Amino acid sequence: MSKTRVGVYICHCGVNIKSTVDVTKLTEFASKLPHVSVAKDYIYLCSDPGQELIKNDINEFNLNRIVVAACSPRMHEPTFRKALRSAGINPYCLEIANIREHCSWVHEDIEKATKKAESILAATVAKASLLEPLEEKEVDVIPTALVLGGGIAGIQAALDIADTGFKVYLVEKDPSIGGHMMQLDKTFPTLDCSACILTPKMSDVGNHPNIELLTYSEITNVGGYVGNFKVTIKKKPRYIIEDKCNGCGNCISYCPIEMPDPFNLNLSKTKCLYIPFPQAVPACFVIDPDYCRYTLNRECKQCEPVCKELGAIDLKQKEQFIEVDVGTIIVATGFDTFDPTLKPELGYGLYPNVITGLEFERLSSASGPTTGDVMINGKKPKNVVFIHCVGSRDKTVGNEYCSRVCCMYTAKQAHLIKDKIPDAKVTVFYIDVRAFGKGFEEFYDRVKQEGIIYRRGNVAEVYKRGEKLVVKAEDTLLGQLVEVETDLVVLAVGMVPRADSNTVNNLLKLSQSSDKFLLEAHPKLRPVDTASDGIFLAGCCQGPKDIPDTVAQASAAASKACIPLSQGKVRTEAQVAQVNDLLCRGCGFCVEVCPYDAIELKPTVIAGETVDVASVNEVLCKGCGACVAACLSGAIQQKSFTDEQLLSMIASLGESYE
Amino acid sequence: MSEEAERLAYILRDPLFPCIQCGKCTGSCPISVISPHFNIRKLLYEILNSEGEDIAQKKEMLWDCSTCTTCVVRCPKEVDPADLIISMRSVLVEDGQVPPKIRDVLKSISIRGNPWNIGQEKRSEWAEGLEIKSIADAEILYYVGCTVAFDPRLQKIAKALAKTLAKAGINFGTLGNDEVCCGNEIRRMGDIWSFDALKEMNIEMFKQFPIKQIITSSPHCYNTFKNEYTELGIEVKHYTQIIPDLIKKKKLSFSKKFEKTVTYHDPCFLGRQNQIFDEPRDILKSIPSLNFVEMDRTRERALCCEGGGGRMWIEAYETMERTATIRVKEALDCGAEILATACPFCLLTLEDAVKSGELEDKIQILDIVEIVSQVID
Repeated sequence: MSKTRVGVYICHCGVNIKSTVDVTKLTEFASKLPHVSVAKDYIYLCSDPGQELIKNDINEFNLNRIVVAACSPRMHEPTFRKALRSAGINPYCLEIANIREHCSWVHEDIEKATKKAESILAATVAKASLLEPLEEKEVDVIPTALVLGGGIAGIQAALDIADTGFKVYLVEKDPSIGGHMMQLDKTFPTLDCSACILTPKMSDVGNHPNIELLTYSEITNVGGYVGNFKVTIKKKPRYIIEDKCNGCGNCISYCPIEMPDPFNLNLSKTKCLYIPFPQAVPACFVIDPDYCRYTLNRECKQCEPVCKELGAIDLKQKEQFIEVDVGTIIVATGFDTFDPTLKPELGYGLYPNVITGLEFERLSSASGPTTGDVMINGKKPKNVVFIHCVGSRDKTVGNEYCSRVCCMYTAKQAHLIKDKIPDAKVTVFYIDVRAFGKGFEEFYDRVKQEGIIYRRGNVAEVYKRGEKLVVKAEDTLLGQLVEVETDLVVLAVGMVPRADSNTVNNLLKLSQSSDKFLLEAHPKLRPVDTASDGIFLAGCCQGPKDIPDTVAQASAAASKACIPLSQGKVRTEAQVAQVNDLLCRGCGFCVEVCPYDAIELKPTVIAGETVDVASVNEVLCKGCGACVAACLSGAIQQKSFTDEQLLSMIASLGESYE
Repeated sequence: MSEEAERLAYILRDPLFPCIQCGKCTGSCPISVISPHFNIRKLLYEILNSEGEDIAQKKEMLWDCSTCTTCVVRCPKEVDPADLIISMRSVLVEDGQVPPKIRDVLKSISIRGNPWNIGQEKRSEWAEGLEIKSIADAEILYYVGCTVAFDPRLQKIAKALAKTLAKAGINFGTLGNDEVCCGNEIRRMGDIWSFDALKEMNIEMFKQFPIKQIITSSPHCYNTFKNEYTELGIEVKHYTQIIPDLIKKKKLSFSKKFEKTVTYHDPCFLGRQNQIFDEPRDILKSIPSLNFVEMDRTRERALCCEGGGGRMWIEAYETMERTATIRVKEALDCGAEILATACPFCLLTLEDAVKSGELEDKIQILDIVEIVSQVID
């Protein structure tokens, strides 16, 4: 092996490092360290000239190990690795000394900070001289995607991927795609009919040759890794054979069982043999097994003979498990609306004329239970109160965040009331009006022009006075308590993560942010990626957002998901764990602690005996190091973080204390 | 104002910074309904924008708060306005700027160990002829509480509870004349120093006996023992928590009927502050022939009677009406003949409202245990 020749490069980061660390002194110090052939400082090493400096030196001084003393490796490690590669040396022969976040930014005393930077640098050089070149492996990518959730986010993502030319499995847990957007009446601020703009996209999904739609289905297992996921999907029995049902609906009148209509949020009844809504995709009926007398007690069966010709009804249908191989996955599982019974002072669940914003959408929608007439107890309300921020910006229910859509949907609903009942008195209680999007402030102005009263105050209580409801609040601008008598209270409930989101999150090993929505890889620069390669986020599962933001994010996730699919190959982590077979005692602790299921015990012949030995799947391994720490025998080492390399750093740090 | 007071006034601003001035506190405040100048949101805003120098100028309205904590449990930003009031009161106590009636209470506490300025030798007067054990000979302490022990009307609660516990075969005793105030109200009047002294005194006294459990008749005593006597180490129960269990285990059975329509008023220190909502209702619903009805505002939505936070001793400043009067009206509206509660302070304030409204022939105020004691023989 050729002699170790280390080049050290110290970055000023403008004044970020230079103002606290004496870079000239540090460079001089570095030049005297063992194995160091050259040490230089520069104003911005990440700039093109900075990288050129390193590349030229590699050639001129025949360097084979590089140390960059600059910011966190999270920032520019990939930048410098590329520089090494282009200069012809192995990119893993690079070590970063973080003298910005770990030193200059957190200290004031120049002398002490310089001393500390010297220690950090010396330790890094010690490690760098022991680095080994590593190779990244490449694996083939299955050119297929899976989209989880068939709301507007999932629909958009699936269409974009399918249009790019890849096959997509779209998995939806309900009997039809469409999601919450299908339940809305109009959309803000343009007042488009929500269903009218959504249904063309839904039928595109239904007809797309590249999309395989799996409705009334859930994922039950996910294995594999980016490029090669293996997903098990459970198709729940809908008791109707999808290929045979033509959606004619002749069977409905023969079904004697009524149940609350889930699409109308239980505000009306439907038969337990039903189609969620007329434009459903697939246009296929479903039987609810919790209500059907046959599935419950083996009675009834009145529907079956009606469909003799097509034979689409199959009351003995069983659930089915399908296994699919996909390269990338998009999670678009959406949101639930906040349950306002958690705010008992607002009387939801107690008074029938206190409803949620989503329930209002059904009442206002032409496809809803009242065909669009807003009616309460058969009467048109003359006084309507809207209450903002129900379940949002509220630590008492654990939701600190703003739900981002309630201000505007309330404004829209207030407008709809005025439109349908022009003489109605409409009052909106708000804390702040957040009209931040395109056309939002203009719409808010318009709604106020229509005579809707906005009062600033977080409603304290709703109670009864005779037949009327009374909404009590402090009007904080007047500094006075006000009571508003009303016929209808609409609660602007916010968005919360799906109640069953933990199941999906655990299957896909996704993390949540503190608001319990799914966590993106970087809040600014990787907003649709997750920490797991090949899994992307779209829509409200990642956080509350409105339709345009959801569609934009869905297209972004689709484009991200297509990158590995079109490249056809993905590179795997090079700094993986490796097992020394001779030291491994086969205890399996490493298997237990591995968060990526990357280790298994394999029978191996050692000195003529067959014993269990840990084996790392290098494609699955993310190099987190958990197994290395857990191994009692010291049999596992992580490449670029070996005991020898780390101990050399510790030894160097110890020396600097002498 | 003293330097110390200024310092105290200044440090209470920190926890207020998260306030977004939404008005949930003032909107929810039962006192703001009857005493419109009392606006806790505004007070908070003024404090946030001051250096604390004008606290003393707010002194009249500071004594209005009943520390019901509706504002605290509903605040979306977890600001604690009741704590603000208490700390502001403590500044005034330290500074000697307290209304005469409050001053008398604080004085009585330090001289007599109770807020009612009555000799401690009268504390166990209620128990005369009842053969109630000393805690030295028993394992469960019935902590009577000052107001129940001294007030002739409330002594009936003590008698009823003693009778009920005896009937259920519970081996209980009292501290007799040695019982001293728990300090719940004193702390809320801002005298945090007397509270600490009482707490220490009580814990020392309890330690002298092998007490397995403490039962209180007042939610106020219950609250402070449970939540503020952090070093206590003894299980504390309000009596409404143990009776349902005694019924279930058949240690208590109701042989008589109670043919009345009864509603229940949730005491703040039992319901809102300690989430004991179901147990009192369970007791009432298990009484034969009792027709239980609910008012419109119940449980978390119940209206405070104004009896807490020192308000037993001092009227609200420039008040228009009492909340207890509103509450009695609500009870009448739901058709109740009996307005039951489980708190001595609630009982007194509600009974006052009945008397001043001349409603004695329409509605009666009873503590739950008084009803229980009527049906067990």
